[in-house]
Amino acid sequence: MALLPSEFSELEPLAQRWSLATERERWAERMSSSIDDMQAFYDAVIPEVGDAIAYCDKFPLDEMPEDAVNLLRLIYSFVMVSFAVELWRQPYPPDTLGTKFERISEPLP
Amino acid sequence: MARYPKPAPGSWTEHYPELGTGTVSYEDSISPEWYQLEREAIFKRAWLQVGRVEQIPRTGRYFTKDIAAANTSIIVVRDGDDVRAFHNVCRHRGNKLVWQDFPNEETSGTARQFTCKYHGWRYGLDGACVFAQQEGEFFNLDKADYGLVPVHCDVFAGFIFVNFAEQPAQSLREFLGPMLLGVEEYPFGQMTDRYAFRVECRSNWKVFSDAFMEFYHAPVVHVGQHPSQLRAAITQMGYEAPHYQLDGAHGLVTTAGSLHRVWDMPPENVKPADIATRSGLFGPWDKSDLGELTPGINPGKIDPWGLSSFQFFPNFAILIWEAGWYNTHQFWPTSHNTLVFEGNVYSLPAKSASERVGREMAAVSFKEYSLQDANTLEATQLGLESGVIDQFPLNDQEVLVRNFHRATADWVHTYERELARG
Repeated sequence: MALLPSEFSELEPLAQRWSLATERERWAERMSSSIDDMQAFYDAVIPEVGDAIAYCDKFPLDEMPEDAVNLLRLIYSFVMVSFAVELWRQPYPPDTLGTKFERISEPLP
Repeated sequence: MARYPKPAPGSWTEHYPELGTGTVSYEDSISPEWYQLEREAIFKRAWLQVGRVEQIPRTGRYFTKDIAAANTSIIVVRDGDDVRAFHNVCRHRGNKLVWQDFPNEETSGTARQFTCKYHGWRYGLDGACVFAQQEGEFFNLDKADYGLVPVHCDVFAGFIFVNFAEQPAQSLREFLGPMLLGVEEYPFGQMTDRYAFRVECRSNWKVFSDAFMEFYHAPVVHVGQHPSQLRAAITQMGYEAPHYQLDGAHGLVTTAGSLHRVWDMPPENVKPADIATRSGLFGPWDKSDLGELTPGINPGKIDPWGLSSFQFFPNFAILIWEAGWYNTHQFWPTSHNTLVFEGNVYSLPAKSASERVGREMAAVSFKEYSLQDANTLEATQLGLESGVIDQFPLNDQEVLVRNFHRATADWVHTYERELARG
């Protein structure tokens, strides 16, 4: 069963790994990924982001079908990964390994 | 080279002559003895922000807050229109009254009464003891004498403040003063989309706060947040604020909106993900309409206005952004060289997925730069604790840092004088 709406089937192979419900999971995935992996994910998603956001916008936030929620979570992962790819060229911001900064609550989805 | 006019004496610092312009010591940030004085003089006497009324919207909703600097935990509970605070301690054998799974962690929930996990004593939302297990076994026990110990509690603009003094020297509003009262009409209560962060850090609470009172560090520590081709120019340009203001121990710094107008920049100078999400380091590009704001939000009348960062002495800050959102910082010491930092990003409830995506970008940016701050401040603490240097210069963009250390020392010295008088 596909995780994403059929319009975004080319992103389907990425969804299992990157459609993650919470920032905590997305951050952990970023920290444990190589920059090459994240670059590949970023390159696949960025041409689709505009259409993907527009697709999610068709639904009220509290009535989104599951596949649209998965797509939104994939966009959140794109946001998370963009910092590593566009700025740091490594998973974490340079000179920040001494600190853990936990997001303890967030609006869902 | 000043880009913005300074007050008549020539600098913001000299505009407040009590500050002086000399070098300063950070002995106050490395001394365990000084920290013990701060606990008594400040954290047990000043009004402390502990949360928002939206966290406890209905009767019986409560949260606990552990305040190591005051050596206590409190229960903050809604009872009708009232918000009350009590020390979180059972009157029978001193057990911490409300906790879940971990005695040393905070919790929240809904209750009709608070029941002690140890011997089952129960307390009403007004703190009254309403049940003592096997009451007849006690000796002349009058439950009326065994209510929860109340903590002074008051609400300003939906922010809940407590004060551990037996009798606070000032009401909350007197303590806040006119500059901070100026934010009262901001629609904080409508802005319920909340991203909350927490970090335990190895630095003194003031050393950590210092970095959130000045933007002089921003073009250095945070320059990497910008596309690489801009970095050298951003660092070279440095940072100047168009407006600083002090009101006693409290402070304000305003930034200019021109810095924030990313969408006016050539696209090659903007991160592609920012363009894709219409958001970034300075928050979502599309402004949330909050209606007209009261003048107190931008007391320096800076135009274009970007951000007002209101520093609530001793350990809280509200940053109100032109784009229609706000965030808070809070610095809770846990020892002379450790603290818990709490950060929140608040917006109007998102109406669409695209709004949520913009806020996600803003919230991730907040984490990226706060990580840079937090880690740097551990390094600052290490440097200070070496004791090699005891006097440090501060520039005019660091005027709030200068005032903050002066104010904490004032509070400690006032306390010591009162103690000496007996």
